[in-house]
Amino acid sequence: MKRILVGIKRVVDFNVRIRVKPDGSGVVTDGVKMSVNPFDEIALEEALRIKERGGAEEVIVATVGPAECQQQLRSTLAMGADRALHVQADGVIEPLVAARVLLKLIEREQPFLVILGKQAIDDDNGQTGQVLAALWNRPQATYASKLELISASTARVTREVDAGLETLEIDLPAVITTDLRLNEPRYVKLPDIMKAKKKPLETLTLAALGVEQRQQLKLVRFEPPPLRQKGIRVKDAAELVEQLKKKGLL
Amino acid sequence: MTARILIVAEHDGAKLNPSTAKCVSCARALSGAEITIAVCAANSAAVAAQAAQLAGVARVLTVENPANAQPLAAVLAPQIVALAGPFNLVLGPSTTYGKDLMARIAGLLGAPQVSDIMAIESPTRFRRPVYAGNALLTVEADGAAKVVGTVRMASFEAAGTGGSAPIEKAAVAVELPTHTRFVSVSAARSDRPDLLTAARVISGGRALGSADGFKILYSLADKLGAAVGASRAAVDAGYAPNEMQVGQTGKIIAPELYVAVGISGAIQHLTGIKDARTIVAINKDGEAPIFEVADFGLVGDLFQIIPELEKLVG
Repeated sequence: MKRILVGIKRVVDFNVRIRVKPDGSGVVTDGVKMSVNPFDEIALEEALRIKERGGAEEVIVATVGPAECQQQLRSTLAMGADRALHVQADGVIEPLVAARVLLKLIEREQPFLVILGKQAIDDDNGQTGQVLAALWNRPQATYASKLELISASTARVTREVDAGLETLEIDLPAVITTDLRLNEPRYVKLPDIMKAKKKPLETLTLAALGVEQRQQLKLVRFEPPPLRQKGIRVKDAAELVEQLKKKGLL
Repeated sequence: MTARILIVAEHDGAKLNPSTAKCVSCARALSGAEITIAVCAANSAAVAAQAAQLAGVARVLTVENPANAQPLAAVLAPQIVALAGPFNLVLGPSTTYGKDLMARIAGLLGAPQVSDIMAIESPTRFRRPVYAGNALLTVEADGAAKVVGTVRMASFEAAGTGGSAPIEKAAVAVELPTHTRFVSVSAARSDRPDLLTAARVISGGRALGSADGFKILYSLADKLGAAVGASRAAVDAGYAPNEMQVGQTGKIIAPELYVAVGISGAIQHLTGIKDARTIVAINKDGEAPIFEVADFGLVGDLFQIIPELEKLVG
């Protein structure tokens, strides 16, 4: 079966104002809204569109994390994914561990395409897709803004790079990571949420997959960023130019 | 312990990208660091010569291969891994090139990667932004034989020149994949300074109203020798190309002078400019959040103010 695997992560919702805990051990997450990482929603949307065009038969979503992640998996099933895999784990999951888990799932499910978000908006690491492609020894196309399947074995991907837009041709299977402009994810309708409750969600463990939860980077301390000093209002362009000249900026 | 640091050069085949000089500054923050720059290219001579001049660099290693004509992470990563043996820290720039490449290197090495290093306290201890810069995190990689890192461009000045490091050809015998092929790169050619490294940047938001509306910014920018950026709203509306986007999901910049024109100041935009030395906001809405971070705020009609500014600085 032609399958696409989409990796997702449960993160603090992008609208939440982040507060660092007073003891510096992390950020406040108690009672805070959690969501699917926005770039991962774009990844799922792309997979669903490929399936709807007849380019794939099944879309599988997977995540690794605590039990609560099942809420986010359910919302991706409501968006249209066919089934979900939850790899149960508590504590910090580094990109290398996440990639090793995904590689195990790839071996099991044999997808022709793996789509991930380019980064998670909590730790902002931006590594998992590339690390996975390295471990799998397959192509990576990061920061994708356009994805075309041009044959059963090749894809053409446009990437948003600092210089502009870069186009790559890659053999499949491959790892794609999504940028903002790849698509706009669909809204979930109520009947879909009901239907999602009946879709298969399988729970696995790291041990069963044979992946060790190593943590190579110790999180020493979280701090709030320094605040900028409040500025002044100027009345017109002339005063602005005068002020900037005074500071040696013009 | 002497830190032996390998820096992966970013270049276009002819010119070394200033991002590499910023990586050198990051590495030099460790006293006694021994810094090597790796240049993978089809023809490395020009780029290697520029790398050798960077102050503080001990050695430049070149790896020449026709396959290195374009910066493909899948092709470059195994070559860097082949060089990485003697080093305990492998750094690259946190640009799209470096972010794409370095994590693939980390994957091949099975090493931890520290993304967006903003401060380096020891060869194993780093500070970096998380949650879009709304928190700063110190991490410690104790016990790791090697650490990979990407260097946040807004946090370091480019290292100066004046060095004369020896250049050595490295023999790298690894099989390179052919599963990834470069097709093309398209970029609006511009004579303006590069957004990521410009000392002055003027950005426009949706209030510019159209791609045509941006012309008044280009005109002022040319008078000031400034680069031009745009908010996500302006890019999404089609007023400016995506490579001009400044913000969390676009470019994160730290110019001496940043002028935000008709930009309300969404958090994701502010994340991209919080290291700018001086921020000027011009907006008709005096309540816009951009004024919270602006050093100088001017409330008014941008279509009047910008031409006035141009006359005053001209």
